[in-house]
Amino acid sequence: MSTSPPHSSVTAVSATGERTGHPAIEFVGVRKDYLSHGEAVPAVKSLDLTIAQGEFFSLLGPSGCGKTTTMRMIAGFEDPTAGKVFLDGQDVTNIAANKRDVNMVFQSYALFPHLNVLQNVSFGLERKKVAKAEIKRRVGEILEIVSLTGMEKRQPKEMSGGQQQRVALARALVNHPRALLLDEPLGALDLKLRQQMQIELKRIQREVGITFVYVTHDQGEALTMSDRIAVMNNGLIDQLGTPREIYEKPATRFVAGFIGTSNLIDGEVSRVEDGFAVLDLGTEGRILAPVPGAVVAGQKLEVSVRPEKIDLHRTEPAGFTGSVLAGTVAEVVYHGTSTNYAVTTSTGSDFVVFDQNANDAEDVASRGERVFLTWAPQHSYPIGV
Amino acid sequence: MTKTRRFRFGGEQVMFAYTWLIILWLVAPILIMIAFGFNNPHGRYNQTWQGFTFKWYSQVFEISDLTSALVTSLVIAVVSSVISGALGTGIGYALGRWRFRGSSTLNFIMFTTISSPELIMGISLLTLFVTLGAGLGATTITIAHVMFSVSFVATVVRARVVTLDRSIEEAASDLGAGPWTTFWKITFPIIMPAVMSGVLLAFVLSIDDFVVTNFTAGTTVTFPLWIWGATRVGLPPQVNVMGTLIFAAGLLIAVIANLRSRAKAKRD
Repeated sequence: MSTSPPHSSVTAVSATGERTGHPAIEFVGVRKDYLSHGEAVPAVKSLDLTIAQGEFFSLLGPSGCGKTTTMRMIAGFEDPTAGKVFLDGQDVTNIAANKRDVNMVFQSYALFPHLNVLQNVSFGLERKKVAKAEIKRRVGEILEIVSLTGMEKRQPKEMSGGQQQRVALARALVNHPRALLLDEPLGALDLKLRQQMQIELKRIQREVGITFVYVTHDQGEALTMSDRIAVMNNGLIDQLGTPREIYEKPATRFVAGFIGTSNLIDGEVSRVEDGFAVLDLGTEGRILAPVPGAVVAGQKLEVSVRPEKIDLHRTEPAGFTGSVLAGTVAEVVYHGTSTNYAVTTSTGSDFVVFDQNANDAEDVASRGERVFLTWAPQHSYPIGV
Repeated sequence: MTKTRRFRFGGEQVMFAYTWLIILWLVAPILIMIAFGFNNPHGRYNQTWQGFTFKWYSQVFEISDLTSALVTSLVIAVVSSVISGALGTGIGYALGRWRFRGSSTLNFIMFTTISSPELIMGISLLTLFVTLGAGLGATTITIAHVMFSVSFVATVVRARVVTLDRSIEEAASDLGAGPWTTFWKITFPIIMPAVMSGVLLAFVLSIDDFVVTNFTAGTTVTFPLWIWGATRVGLPPQVNVMGTLIFAAGLLIAVIANLRSRAKAKRD
């Protein structure tokens, strides 16, 4: 791999409308080790990543996966052990946090407790020696965008969590940064407010057109808001793609399990017919999965299928050519919009089935009943082939 | 009515009496000091009540030695508390923020200076100053006072810095502030109350210190040293008046601080 940044030829348009031709953020061969009792422990093992201008990009993963470390390397709070970080085509690896043109919204908001809203939001512009009148105008503008007009004189401690969140957002956005970094910003809010803020954040991002890098462990949040998601696990990116790609086509077992609910089947390919691998389970059924040409009979295969793709039947459907799996209902849970079933099957793991309560409120099956699960061949997704 | 569990019959009265007994015990020496500033003793000893007068208040600065001793004490207290405030804030901030080579040793030494007997500190400081050939006086007293009060300031500041959210300083840096601006615009205003209480503690420790001062004073006379000397020949009521005024000043500061924070809470 070359050490110079592989600048794409795609011309991007930055927040201020200028054509820069550079990606907003780039990681080239980045590694980050922490010293723990004299031993180097890797937080980020190897990272090559390009985030485009104006993109809503999420770093998603469980705690300790390296997502926060990655974000802190963009901000300049952590120095990479190896590799380079570029902002807008400029190598910032050795540039201090206060000299970088990115701003961060902290998980704890980190508002200055002794300053009021106006002073908090003006802080960045004052450091840049922006003229007083200009500061006043820009602060007024951003407070309107985050719906805090009229609260200029409030102290942070007199505001609700949601309002403090908006102040933190305004304080960062008012500087028109190259990229806005958000570290689990909605983690401290209750569910209703969180959902409201997700929509709000999307709106704000569209309005200001700035690149957003969003760190979260909440897969629902990442799926709803992002243009692209990097799913991180153990200091590496497991999969990088659009929310749809990541949900529909998980690249690893980890991604399949971490994003939404997945039913996983480990089996051996019995035969390959018309681009579909068939896993024959005898009287218990058969599973079909689309595979590339390289897959042959006798090979081990891991297949994932989403719970909402599965239909549940009391009797074996005659003449159905897709995947069929027999099982026993272990649990029925009514969820309002859907009814969820846990079905014990011969594959070794319980299957989860979401049945939309679209037509009637009658349960298809009850506990202990023998049922047949069916789904279309293309809804099986083979992992890692 | 609130649903708070109440004491059984009689318990409340006992609690009330006990509380006031403790309060009385704590303020008794102060009340007596104030009262005897209004006493009109006929002899040299201001130890029995002999009549009420205001005259000591008009003659409070009549004894010039006493007045200059008080001024010396105030100057030493102000200078030493400002110096230990500055040094202690730096030490406390460093100890609260980072672990560095020698930081645990420093923590231990600070604990030692706080807990070691003043008598020993006084003797060893005297030996040190004599060995160095430093002339004893206000300067050596100030050095000694800074030495024992800096640990108190550092301890108070460290306790505040430890609980300070690290990301607040990171946010300042993220918004373009260098280390110097971050400290003075963000960190220092936030830890200000802790610094102030450290400085006040240093002031109080300095102004009434007797033991260490006695060893390091040479011929310089501070307020406590003058009083100690005067007890043999009888304490003039002016001492009580000065004590009352110092106490009143402290009380006034506390009341003003309280009113200001209340007014601020109301205004916001």
